[in-house]
Amino acid sequence: MTLDTLDSDSIDLNNTATNYQISLRNISKVFPGNNNLLDKLTGKTKADFTAIEEIDLDIEHNTFVTIIGPSGCGKSTMLDIIAGLSTATTGTVTIDGQLVDKPGPDRGMVFQNYALMPWMTVKDNIGFAVKTVYPKMPVKQQRRIIKENIQLVGLTGAENKHPHELSGGMRQRVGIARALAINPQILLMDEPFGALDALTRGFLQDEIERIWEQQRKTAIMITHSIDEALLLSDRIVMMTKGPAATIAKVLEIPFPRPRDRTTVENHPDYLKLKQQMEDHLYRETRAVEASRIK
Amino acid sequence: MTAVQKNVIKKDNQFLDNENVKALLLFLLSLGIFLLFWEMGAKLKWFAKGMPTASLTIQELWYWVTHPFYNNGPNDLGIGWNLLISLRRVAIGYTIASVIAVPLGILVGISPVAFKAFNPYFQLLKPVSPLAWLPIGLYLFRDSELTGVFIIAIASIWPTLNNTAFGVANVDSSYLDVSRTLGASRWRTIFKVIIPAALPNIISGLRISMGIAWLVIVAAEMLLGTGLGYFIWNEWNNLYIPNILVTIFIIGIVGIILDQIFAYLEKLVSFGKK
Repeated sequence: MTLDTLDSDSIDLNNTATNYQISLRNISKVFPGNNNLLDKLTGKTKADFTAIEEIDLDIEHNTFVTIIGPSGCGKSTMLDIIAGLSTATTGTVTIDGQLVDKPGPDRGMVFQNYALMPWMTVKDNIGFAVKTVYPKMPVKQQRRIIKENIQLVGLTGAENKHPHELSGGMRQRVGIARALAINPQILLMDEPFGALDALTRGFLQDEIERIWEQQRKTAIMITHSIDEALLLSDRIVMMTKGPAATIAKVLEIPFPRPRDRTTVENHPDYLKLKQQMEDHLYRETRAVEASRIK
Repeated sequence: MTAVQKNVIKKDNQFLDNENVKALLLFLLSLGIFLLFWEMGAKLKWFAKGMPTASLTIQELWYWVTHPFYNNGPNDLGIGWNLLISLRRVAIGYTIASVIAVPLGILVGISPVAFKAFNPYFQLLKPVSPLAWLPIGLYLFRDSELTGVFIIAIASIWPTLNNTAFGVANVDSSYLDVSRTLGASRWRTIFKVIIPAALPNIISGLRISMGIAWLVIVAAEMLLGTGLGYFIWNEWNNLYIPNILVTIFIIGIVGIILDQIFAYLEKLVSFGKK
């Protein structure tokens, strides 16, 4: 983890001293259980659940960060807090020195289940985002942005199709285009390829790599795939198992860009990094299983 | 072409193997047996005294279908006029109910507190037979026409209200997350996301309501004068059973048509679901 020399309480709005865009300070999330008197009387008590505990993380501009960890370690909770969809129990998230307390179009989100509106066509799904974020933009310009982003993800020709007429991979392309169309500073992706088959997954990873090289937006992605993380990331954040998950280690990925599968796999550090990640995930997953048996 | 492919084509060509053809044949067969049994039974006096034969009933059906519109006073009105009177009452009552139920359902569904608070009313009133409201309607309006419309409205409000509130309250949370991450206003979220997402539920509520309205109108009209229900009641007073059977058949056919209109609307808004 990068050491932060700045005092977290005195956040400088003209944050030029550091290059950090996103800062998480002491983030914990506790999902309250049922502990009040009524619950005790009815015998339906449930203990509080601490999903993540005391997470500190700094992310520089224009970096691609992946978060990887065993199932149920609170990765999605962390991303939801950065997105502003969920609030942290303790701690703060700042983006360029501004406190995050609600969702906003400076962060584009790609959802695991695509979250496309089934009654809208491809064009309308992306258009809904553009028109919501830029309501005063001339219609012509809105149309151009929609068209460009459809082109960017390779869906030209499918503009007027509804999501149910598309394959899973195509749907997620729409999801990615929708997130990018509002021109966010930060792209948040919650296991974007989790529901796709291996081949489609590979295609979309290449696509993300290509788009990222073009736009270089700060990106935070959650994944379960070691290869995916190594192909795309500048840094990989490895989490410990939940409950009370926290950051175990942050790996710097030195592979030169632009990348492709072959050059990445032939890099001298590739096997070492992969081994390190496998060891970590294997250990944590075993620990998760052991705690379930107890 | 392989042998397997040839086999498949051969099978497809066998007309009688088609499921729909089989079903149609079975339907025609059972209809034939039913009509034959009816005809014989009526002729040999197996059933109640005065039971009409199938052939007489079909003759009457043909007569009414070819002479639907004539008017010799309220007790001798063509079946077409009676059908239109019933449909008009249903249309007015149903429209009033829908205009109230859909917006109210949306309001109630949006707020979890309102949903919980008002649900007991809906649950209590939903299972009450609309005919129980008949005296209240007559007392309030002192007019049979208005009472008919009132009964239809009160009968068809609950399914739409219930379904709309349920649909709005259970919109997929990921759609709402999308709306939130884009920073959409409350109004924009309601009109662009929540209502379209709840539309399949709203339409199926409207479909159930229409079914109930059509069920209720016949019963209500027996007590009101004019309309298909009154036509049946009048024929009962005349003790002429064939016309009652003809009317039952016509009510069924119109019910199917009304239901199919809504089935089509449901399909329009389903977008791949179902």
